[in-house]
Amino acid sequence: MTEKVVRIVDEGLLPLIKPPDPEDLRAANRTRDKGLVDKRMSEDEAIARFVEDGMYIGFELYGSVRCPMSLVRALIRSGKKHFDLAGQGVHEADLLLAAGIIERIDCTYIGQEVYGVSAPLRRAVESGQVKQVVEWSNGAITWRFKAAAMGLPFIPTYSMLGSDTLKYSSAVAIEDPYTKRPICLLPALTLDVGFIHVNRADKFGNCQVDGISGFALEMARASKRLIVSTEEIVDSEVIRAKPHLTVIPWYNIDAVVHAPFGSWPGEMTGMYERDEDHYRMFIEASQKAEATDAYMKEWVHDLPDHQALLDKIGRARLDAIVIGKGA
Amino acid sequence: MSMEYSPKELLICLGARLVEDHTMAFIGTGIPMLAASLAQKIYAPNLVPVFEFGGVGAVLEKLPLAVGDMRTFNKALQASSICDIMETAQRGFIEYGFIGGAQIDMYGNLNTTVIGDHAKPKVRMPGSGGANDIGSAIWRTIAIMPHDTRRFVEKIDFVTTPGYLTGPGAREAAGLPAGTGPYRVVTSLATLGYDEATCRMKLLALNPGVTVEQVRQNTGFELLIADTLEENHPPTDEELRVLREDVDPDKLYR
Repeated sequence: MTEKVVRIVDEGLLPLIKPPDPEDLRAANRTRDKGLVDKRMSEDEAIARFVEDGMYIGFELYGSVRCPMSLVRALIRSGKKHFDLAGQGVHEADLLLAAGIIERIDCTYIGQEVYGVSAPLRRAVESGQVKQVVEWSNGAITWRFKAAAMGLPFIPTYSMLGSDTLKYSSAVAIEDPYTKRPICLLPALTLDVGFIHVNRADKFGNCQVDGISGFALEMARASKRLIVSTEEIVDSEVIRAKPHLTVIPWYNIDAVVHAPFGSWPGEMTGMYERDEDHYRMFIEASQKAEATDAYMKEWVHDLPDHQALLDKIGRARLDAIVIGKGA
Repeated sequence: MSMEYSPKELLICLGARLVEDHTMAFIGTGIPMLAASLAQKIYAPNLVPVFEFGGVGAVLEKLPLAVGDMRTFNKALQASSICDIMETAQRGFIEYGFIGGAQIDMYGNLNTTVIGDHAKPKVRMPGSGGANDIGSAIWRTIAIMPHDTRRFVEKIDFVTTPGYLTGPGAREAAGLPAGTGPYRVVTSLATLGYDEATCRMKLLALNPGVTVEQVRQNTGFELLIADTLEENHPPTDEELRVLREDVDPDKLYR
């Protein structure tokens, strides 16, 4: 009998930051508490309990939209470091990079959209502070989460074929045994800890998201530990009344953090718009390292917790962005 | 006497005129958002704008600041997710994709990743975002960008998003879906397309007051020239009025 082999037709040059390990995720999920237990805790407690130096982490959605910013600030304040990051990021990635706690990035997009390139990313990568940047497309990184969420080691796509985005990734392209055409295989991406912000959750961690769900469903299910922050904690009867709205179920969640205005200065669907004045102020500060450090001191390090941040912003300014009040 | 306009406003108007009514168009961040919004208000009221984080069929009343913000699904037909959008593109539903880029070559390959060496870049840019997915799976990709020799280069530093790669047959050989690829480049000087036989960029139409020589001088590679050149007419008073008063009244993009 002749041995048949699958032919690799193209291959990314960079080593995988986090090789797929579906067995490891299965084992972790087996030990997770499936009981309905109260998982409410503060940002600091969640980070102390579930985050360790050197872990692979990721955030959803991104810095200006439904992003767990109170958790980002708490993580920076915790002093934990040497993280690898799944980089679909805007403001949150800028803060993490400015704090100097990111070592390697699986990068799809880190920038400021309408305001251009990210100056903290430029400084961190061009100086060599970030040791490795591996390229992916937005679709690719999300499908990598989806593969992990499926409990499988990889997923095929057309994306990245023929490009330097594939060459400077860790993907492979094979000759598909069915169509005999080249197809890109994306390695599953599992997070040690994922961070997601939602509109509402009960104390057990059943989550509802209003509007687009971005990559929340996939990333949640690809996380060995998941910390969710929520604008509102609701009674479980609210969840049970409309169970079709539960996008992330309690058994996939390890911590529930109550964080009103948790996405600030980013927006939250149906609740508040992004704080454009603050956003522009940060963009301006972020252009220079010293001004960025001053921003980090004033808006992250000098504040003990999320409530202190809200007090500093002030009720009037928060009201101005609330939909139906100021906005 | 028609109204004065900026180069950016011209780009937006030219982009908007390319949008076809009753189609789905994948809208990238920046100028494509303005072009889509202007198109929806004047030329293509039934345009279905598609944004990568899940917004489908929004009425673009307020200009989005981010491809995932609330405005991308304002009064929309659907608010879904990245996977759903990218898979819809992979299944062949989306006709047009609008993107930008820092560098482009004669085959329409685009760079938004690095200037210089990848390991130690001179300039680290954002990366692919959804651009590679758009350039891979969308039927017709339209690039919108300023036109100069820094951007239109013989060899781009990094192929973030595939155009026709190295020429005829290269996309198919790489495994990209048949019949897809770059369609138009809308620039501050001209509208360009691609020669069917060679897949090379070809000048199709000149912007008001621009000469062929000027386009050549601002292009870092040998450009093909169509036998008959069209002329892009300047922004109409209606386009400028709608753009300034309805699309971007807060002057976010000016």
